[in-house]
Amino acid sequence: MSLSTLATAGGETFEAPTPGDFWQPLIGNGDFAITRPMFVMALSVVVIGALLLATTKRLTVVPANKKQFAVEALYGFVRNGVARDIIGSKEFLRYVPLLFTMFVLILVNNLAGVIPPIQFPTMSRIGFPIALTLVVFVLYHAIGIKRKGLGGYFKSLMPAGVPVFLVPVVYLLELFTYFVSRPLTLAVRLFANMFAGHMLILVLFLGGEHLLLHGEGLLPAAGVVSYLFGLVMSFFELLIQVLQSYIFVLLTATYIAGSLADEH
Amino acid sequence: MGGSLNVIGYGLAAIGPAIAVGLVFAAYINGVARQPESRGMLQPIAILGFALAEALAILGFVLAFINPGGE
Repeated sequence: MSLSTLATAGGETFEAPTPGDFWQPLIGNGDFAITRPMFVMALSVVVIGALLLATTKRLTVVPANKKQFAVEALYGFVRNGVARDIIGSKEFLRYVPLLFTMFVLILVNNLAGVIPPIQFPTMSRIGFPIALTLVVFVLYHAIGIKRKGLGGYFKSLMPAGVPVFLVPVVYLLELFTYFVSRPLTLAVRLFANMFAGHMLILVLFLGGEHLLLHGEGLLPAAGVVSYLFGLVMSFFELLIQVLQSYIFVLLTATYIAGSLADEH
Repeated sequence: MGGSLNVIGYGLAAIGPAIAVGLVFAAYINGVARQPESRGMLQPIAILGFALAEALAILGFVLAFINPGGE
């Protein structure tokens, strides 16, 4: 951890945080360690489960308390704002549980990046977004193949109205989009945003601490500015975290809708 | 102070997507300013366009981490 290396350095030189700081094993080390993001993920599942069960235990048609109203608003946002608008009012209900689960899971795990005692965004380790993306990747291909048959699905990847001599090139590009570009961007978008955002906050706070405690002359004042800017960026991170979980489910819904559509 | 040239390259590569994202939201703001009631319809489209433009920056982010020399 960079905090400890900074302390042992005795304030002589500033060590900037590196991607290695995100590897934080709690139990064990090496290939089979229980790490901090694993712990955060498990904690988030417990919290989400407890929260949703507690708020929906005694349901009333007209929300009787604020908690039920808040959970219903969240659910309604995913159900109506994402699933129904993107997939269409005919078939969206089947996919609402998946979309809602993904949205809440990603949202809580992202928010863990700024909630004080936890302060580690799970998705800043690439393995977690990859696992979520694999679910989406298998799902939208499976839906498409089930709907159109194997041959029909691969035929439907081709957009209509392309001149004959361009067909091979466009088809290769479409294959690249469906099998490489979509899963890659879906996973790395979430990872990169969480990683870079957390890194930025880390740099601002660690650098601010170094300037404040070990700086000479006017440098401690710069440390105060660094802290203030870190605070501002923390709030900006809040926005990014919510936005990224929204974008993830929005894209998932878009891919599902694309597989369900008759025409490309 | 150390560093990698890859990161400078990524900074340069991020200029294009940055302009693209700006254009997407400029168009969204224009649309909502002209017709405020179209906001709900335009929002998912704007976010989707933003995500697609951002995909280019993400490809650059992946390439920035490819470091054949090793550290």
